[in-house]
Parts: sequence; structure tokens; C-alpha cells
Amino acid sequence: MAAAEKQAVTGAGPFNGLLTWIDQRFPLMETWRSHLSEYYAPKNFNFWYYFGSLALFVLVIQIVTGIFLTMNYKPDAAQAFASVEYIMREVPWGWWIRYMHSTGASFFFICVYLHMFRAMLYGSYRGPRELLWIFGMLIFLCLMAEAFFGYLLPWGQMSYWGAQVIVNLFDAIPVIGPDLAIWIRGDFVVSDATLNRFFAYHVIAVPLALLALVVAHLLALHEVGSSNPDGVEIKNVKDPKTGRPLDGIPFHPYYTVKDTFGVVVFLIVFSMVVFFAPDAGGYFLEHNNFIPADPLKTPAHIAPVWYFTPYYSILRATTDEFVLWVLVPGVVAFALLLIGSMKKSAARIAVGVIAIALLAGLLSLDAKVWGVVLMGTSVMIFFFLPWLDRSPVRSIRYKGPITKTALTLFVIVFFVLGYLGTESVSEGRTLAAQVGTAVYFLFFFLMPWYSKMDKCLPEPERVTSR
Amino acid sequence: MKALAVLLALAAQLAFAEEPVRLDSAPIDPRDVASLQSGARSFVNYCLNCHSAGMMRYHKLLDLGLTEQQIKENLLFTTDKIGDLMNVAMTRKDAKEWLGTAPPDLSVVARARGPDWLYTYMRSFYRDPESATGWNNMVFERVAMPHVLWTLSGQQAQEERKFKNIEQAEAIGRQQKNAWKIDVLTPDQAGKDGERFILKTIRTETAGSLSQIDYDIMVRDLVNFMTWMSEPNQITRKQVGYVVMLVLLVLLVLTYLLYKEFWKDVH
Repeated sequence: MAAAEKQAVTGAGPFNGLLTWIDQRFPLMETWRSHLSEYYAPKNFNFWYYFGSLALFVLVIQIVTGIFLTMNYKPDAAQAFASVEYIMREVPWGWWIRYMHSTGASFFFICVYLHMFRAMLYGSYRGPRELLWIFGMLIFLCLMAEAFFGYLLPWGQMSYWGAQVIVNLFDAIPVIGPDLAIWIRGDFVVSDATLNRFFAYHVIAVPLALLALVVAHLLALHEVGSSNPDGVEIKNVKDPKTGRPLDGIPFHPYYTVKDTFGVVVFLIVFSMVVFFAPDAGGYFLEHNNFIPADPLKTPAHIAPVWYFTPYYSILRATTDEFVLWVLVPGVVAFALLLIGSMKKSAARIAVGVIAIALLAGLLSLDAKVWGVVLMGTSVMIFFFLPWLDRSPVRSIRYKGPITKTALTLFVIVFFVLGYLGTESVSEGRTLAAQVGTAVYFLFFFLMPWYSKMDKCLPEPERVTSR
Repeated sequence: MKALAVLLALAAQLAFAEEPVRLDSAPIDPRDVASLQSGARSFVNYCLNCHSAGMMRYHKLLDLGLTEQQIKENLLFTTDKIGDLMNVAMTRKDAKEWLGTAPPDLSVVARARGPDWLYTYMRSFYRDPESATGWNNMVFERVAMPHVLWTLSGQQAQEERKFKNIEQAEAIGRQQKNAWKIDVLTPDQAGKDGERFILKTIRTETAGSLSQIDYDIMVRDLVNFMTWMSEPNQITRKQVGYVVMLVLLVLLVLTYLLYKEFWKDVH
């Protein structure tokens, strides 16, 4: 029997017996070793590498607080708003639980955005970590869905009208759109039926997918190993005797203690918001959401919560003029660029056909359709980063001036679009959002060229400590 | 798709129609128990006839240093149980029939509008013969609510003064004790004299039973109470916050030392 062949567990004092008993029936020590005590992570992780474990920590906060909120919340259009206030006022410590959950939503996005930015800085998505990145992106999509469904639940004006606007986006899809939107809502407008199904998605469907993807993300990470700020593989230089990477240290205890410190720093910032500014000036909890949902009163200014505003800006920036003067020439120029850099004539023809189809669509369909397409693309395009980036090096430390400028511009534009998305529209703001949208997409679409032609520094053999 | 287009267009249009009213900053203090008690009295006497505060229990007023007896004797008009919610007898259907619109529930209105808005709003009613109630408001154009406190504040009228430049208009505006705003005309609308900036202010015509200072204090207390009521646990929240921060700072030192101790041998 296999069980008898396993060695007894040592080093756990009085628990040796129990752990041995479990280990003979379950791969306990093997799992512990391969994922913690003998998982070797590069020793040169810097500030940016805290946000993965922090995102996991926020996920735990959200699940635990969410369970307690579910005990007192009523997913009923007539009672939802009051039940949230009931939690805030009458459930013992309910206000704390609720503020942790509402603040946690924003901090989840802060952590995930910084985690993604880390990957963009140091090329963590490059081969062989493409699938790891794809799992991460799927987590990001789930997170967006989770946040969107959850935001309807307080049943305030912004919950209601935000959901109305977003579900109506599906309406823009040709042919199936209108039916699809009704199918999502379960009604002709956002209503009790919508609230009920969004509650189901928020508390069970999406969290299940999210948890499964987090497991897949971690398994993929531990299969390929962590990258690092130098973007070099620590597996390439191993101790000839032990076979361990020379620049690697066991995740436990080194990174467990380091991340524990990170968690405390995080909790300090998090608690400052939870206890002293839970609505964060209207950014985390919007003022208008303290008005109960009223299907007959459209608020003057509908804005999503801050984490969706960059994409919302892109949606609003896509006007008829933008389609005509930016998207049409953009598609032509990009098609020519692609055809010019392709060698196979079949591929060239394919690009030409796709470009002509796109142009026909751009000139015939409503600009709003393209706004929705652009908004979707602005999120989905991150999936393709591993193949868009063709730089000989991974890390920004060794990349050249063009890439550095491009990334800086992208970050600025992301913030500007985010800010514009919270504001009402004006001529000047729309123009700014249009410039921002153009830069946003140029960053991705031109990456295959500028990342390749950039003058990069040579990568070091081993990780550097700085 | 059409619905979306309409929504977006509507949002854009309404955003342009906004006229900025300079809001006065409300001098409130959620720790001032005397002010909160006075505000609670005003709220129950004047607001709680038409407006409910249906997420607030009378019981919670105990936190303001009132005894059960005091609440029962002075503040309990709509019910006889201190554990009840602050509801009103009027149904929403009746309200709609009588007043044109159901008065909103005020439990969390301070979180939606903000204390400054409420403070300015309650001090910005003026007589308007063209409106159904005979009243209008600087902050909330054509509001359905009449000026319930007019016996206290007296009656106000709106005054318009025209100016050639905005600085002059703003300088006069800033001297006002009440809300003011400036409407800007296009050069065509302004005509020959070029006075494009209309400063709108309000002036007391007949005095009420309170002086302006006493009325402002009364509104201050009312807004203070409403802000407290919008989140009755806000004081506790901050107190707990200080303790949590203290614990976290201790943990910060401990975890930092632990981290450095473990990492001593990593070079």
C-alpha cells in the first residue's frame, strides 16, 4: 500500500501523529512542500509584488463579510434599500461589515489594477506565463461582473440606473441585442426580477467561477514559477548539488512573513477608509445611491463607480465624428501597416478583407454600437499582451525609451479617462476623452512594432538586488 | 439601443442645465448633543408630519442623551412605542394626490444631498406668486415643498441685480448671508447696456418670530440632527477606528521585525 511507504511527519511536535495519519490518506505534505515550503520564488521581489497576495486577502474579506451581509440583506425591490440601512443601523457591527464589503470592492480593483500594472512593468505575461496571464484576465472579467452585479443590490438610484445603462449596452448588439437585454434583465426594465437574478449571480455564480480561476491562476503560477523585476528566469541558474535555483528562496517562510507585513500595511490604509471616510468623497459610495431606486426619475448624471470609468469614458468618446475621423482612418492605416509587414499573400488578403468589412460596418452601423465594441475591446485587448509584446527583454528595467514613454503615456491616459468618466460630458471633456481613447488603443495596436524596434539593454544572467 | 442613446443624451442635456448655487457650509458638529437634541425636536415637530424617516427608530434617540421618558413625552407623536420606526400616517398615494409628489423619506437624505445643501436649502425659500405653493427655492427650482418654517423665518423675496462683469457680481454675492447665484446671459440676450451677469439673492420682506441668527441656528441644529440620523453609528465608527488603528500600528512593528528577522540571511 502506498500509505505505508510515506515517511512519518516530523517537526510538528504533538501533531506529528495526526499529520502522519492525514498524510497517509491525503497529499498533505506534498502539497505543503510544492506550494509553500519548497516553492522557490525569486528573492528580489519589490513593492509591486505585494498586490497578488493582497488581492487574495481582499477576496477573503469580501467572501467573509459577504456571508454576513447575506444573512440580513433582502433581495427584494421593495425591501432591499431599507435592508441595507437595517444592516447599517440595527445589526450589531453591521455597519463595519458593510463598510468593509463596500470599501473592499474598491480595494479589490486597486489591488488588481496594481497587480496587472506590475505584470506590464516587468513583462510577467511573457512566455511561458501566457496562460497564467489569461487566467488572471479571466479573474479580472469575473471581478468586473461581480462588482457590477453587486452594485445593483443596495437598490439606490445609481445602482438602478447604472444597471439600466450597462444592460442596455447589450441592446446594441445587432440582431440578438434587444432580446438578449430582456433575457439578462428578466423584464423590460431593471426590476425585482433583475435584482433577484443579480443577487444569485453575485453571491454564488460569479464567486464560484472566481474561486476556481484563482486556484487555476495559482496552479499555473507554481507550474511556471514566478517572474521577477529583472524578468530573468531563476530556474536557469541552479545549485548543482541541491538542484534549487540560486536566486530563489522558499515561499514559506520568507514570503509568508513578508506578505504578512504587507497585509498589515494594507489593513492600515483600508481601515483609514472604512472607519474615517467610508464613502471616500463619493467615489466608493456614490451620494446619489443614498436615494432609493426610482424607475421614473432618471438622475441628471449617471456615472459608474470609479473602477469602470476609464471604459465608460471610451464608450462616451465614440461619437459619429470620432468614428468618421479617427476610427475609419485608423482602420485604413493599421490595415496598411499590417499588410506592409506581412509576407504571405494569403494573410495580406485576409487583412484586407477584414479591414473592408470593418470599414463597411463603421460607415453603416450606429456610432453607439462602435462605442460598445470599443469599450469591450479596451478590456479584452489585455488578453493579447503576451503576443503583442515582442521585445527581446521582459522587464521595463532593460527596455528602451519608446516602451517606457508608451507605458507612461498609457498610465496617464488611463487616469485621465478614469477621471473623465466620473464627470458629466462637455465638449472639451469629450475631446479629451477622444484623444485619450486614441492613445489607449495606439499603446496596444502599435506594441508589436515599437516593442521590437526599441533599443533594449542586455538582460543580466542573474537577478539583481535593488 | 435607442434607450441607451436617449439615456446618454438625457444625461448630457440635464448636466448642461445645472446652475451652480453657492452652498453655505453648514456649521454642524455631530458631537454637540444639545444641538442634536434641539434638531431632533425640530425634526419631529416640523418635518415628521409629511416626511418619514422610516429607517430610523425612536429608540436610537437614546444615543443623544435623552431618556426613554423624555422621548415618550416630547417626541412621540406618530406612535406610542419607542421601538417603532419614524413613519408618518400619510400614505404615499395620498401624498401624491395632495402634494403632487410623495415627500421623500429623510432617513439618509443627508448622505445623498450633503449637509451644506440641506443647510442652504432650508434658508433659501422665497415668495413666488407663479408657483402652486406660493414658494420657490434658490437651491431647488420649483420644489414641490412649501416653506414650512415661514412663521419662524418670515417671508423672503428674490432680488435680481444686473452687472457688467462677473467679479463685481461675485463680490456682492459673497456678502450675502443667504444663498445666491449668478445667471449668465449671452451678449444677444443682454442687449445694449451689456449687463450680462444677473445676481440673484433673497431678501427678507416680513420678519418671522425668529431673528435671522436664531433661525440659522435652528436650521443648523436640524441639519446637524439629520446628518447624525443619516448614520447614527458615525461616532462609534470613528471611536472603534482609533482602537483598530492602534492595534494595527503595534502589529505593523511586530510584523516588520518578524520580516526583517527572517530575511537576515537573504542577500
